[in-house]
Amino acid sequence: MKKFVILLTLFALIAVPVLAKKGNKITIAGSTTVLPIAQATAEVFMNNNPEINISVRGGGSSVGIAAIMAGTVDIGNASRHIKAKELASAREQGINPYENIVANDGIVIVIHKDNNVKDLTLEQVKDIYTGKISNWKEVGGPSLPIVVISRDVSSGTFEVFNNIVLNNAKCISGALMLASNNAVVTTIATTPGAIGYAGLGYLNETVNAVKIDRVMPSKKTIQNGSYPIARTLHMYTNGAPRGLAKRYIDFILSAEGQKIVEEQGFISVE
Amino acid sequence: MFKGITYTASLFTIIVLFGIIATLFSEGLPILKHVNIKDFLTSPNWHPTHFPADFGILSLIVGSLVVTAGALIIAIPLGLGSAIYISEIAGTRSKEIIKPIIELLAGIPSVVYGLFGMAFLSPFLIKVFGIPTGLNAFSASIVLGVMVVPIISSMSEDALSTVPRNLREASFALGATRWETIVQIVLPAARSGVVGSIMLGFGRAIGETMVVIMIAGGAAQIPKSIFQPVRPMTAAIASEMGETVIGSPHFHALFGIAIVLFFITFITNLITEFVFLKKRK
Repeated sequence: MKKFVILLTLFALIAVPVLAKKGNKITIAGSTTVLPIAQATAEVFMNNNPEINISVRGGGSSVGIAAIMAGTVDIGNASRHIKAKELASAREQGINPYENIVANDGIVIVIHKDNNVKDLTLEQVKDIYTGKISNWKEVGGPSLPIVVISRDVSSGTFEVFNNIVLNNAKCISGALMLASNNAVVTTIATTPGAIGYAGLGYLNETVNAVKIDRVMPSKKTIQNGSYPIARTLHMYTNGAPRGLAKRYIDFILSAEGQKIVEEQGFISVE
Repeated sequence: MFKGITYTASLFTIIVLFGIIATLFSEGLPILKHVNIKDFLTSPNWHPTHFPADFGILSLIVGSLVVTAGALIIAIPLGLGSAIYISEIAGTRSKEIIKPIIELLAGIPSVVYGLFGMAFLSPFLIKVFGIPTGLNAFSASIVLGVMVVPIISSMSEDALSTVPRNLREASFALGATRWETIVQIVLPAARSGVVGSIMLGFGRAIGETMVVIMIAGGAAQIPKSIFQPVRPMTAAIASEMGETVIGSPHFHALFGIAIVLFFITFITNLITEFVFLKKRK
């Protein structure tokens, strides 16, 4: 009897995932920035539709786009647009990458609460990060050396910052490289001369945000595109989404899905 | 039967070890297709995701060595001092209280040390020294040093207490003071154990990851002073591996760093073994 129960359990463990796989599966891979959105929405979507199984993996934007081109996933996540080179090679293989914008993401330049600097230009931020400006007095602040705080070079947040602000110039080697948005905000809160950047969702009252080119970062200015350090987050499908993938992406774009997007620290699509 | 099980267990461990070494080399060596070994080891420019990328890990190696050296400078006197006190000077009662407390330090998870460094030590150092940032080689050394103290202390204490009693008695009988006995008789007799404990402490400090990610600052530069941020090898591997594309040059470079780290700890272990072996002969 005991053996029988064990055998049955083993059988169930193996058989259930195999049977469940059939037909009702969506596979997703790609950007780690989009990952929390995909995970959180997939969880709710699977609760609402227990017959559907979604598997979500990270890997990075390049991995997401490569996976769509190879046909190994239904949805490829990317925190950037597809590159012309990637698009051309996809077309060659008869794949038609289709961009679904699922969220907005804005990056806020953050400084210490006691710092009286209120706004900076994009150019000044670049000069600070490349080392041309090294004291706050050069941008109208107190006489205090600037402590430059950046994110790890493989993070999605660094990628946007690098593209929009640094324009691919090298960040000074003395910059502190921290592992998370939270670490950046916590460190700035305790470091008087610090400047750093983080996703809008991580901003709190312990630090100050600065205006960039006279625009204050907010949900509204990021959605309408007037705040410069912002981007859209994407889920790529082969052709316009169909079937299950369409149901899932429609769910993300619904009011309920966009609420989850905001809970994850991103900004909803207008 | 029992022999069979234990034999399999030890065989399995060895297989896992060789598996790890094989992976390390098969994933790490391909970086040499993108950069020659001299530039990899001696260039301080680490810009792995830049275009074109720079894969020089000298600043990361220096970062690791600086925080480890700093940690040992703090941990050796503290660890050895408490070992001498517990083994040679303290009475049974205070020994029973102090020893477990020091060993308790070893049980604190490293992420807790990291939080302590970020939330308390770093702002404190900014105030005391007037330095621009508290996330630097100095604060990482302090925290790592505290973490290494229990290793040095408990292992050295073991070594000191195995020194035969009659050696001490002979020394006292010749009119040596307690201090002279400890420094000139007991410590030399326990030398190999003490050196071994320091080597182990070195291995612990250079391999520690969470603490240096959180408090060393992460700047890939050769520091001009101990108050500047550094990016030790372990911090670079752990914080960059998660989001790099598998099979890219950056991915292989991180494994390349792991090989260097492996060699450093391997050589330290060899030296430790050698010291112990010499003692047995």
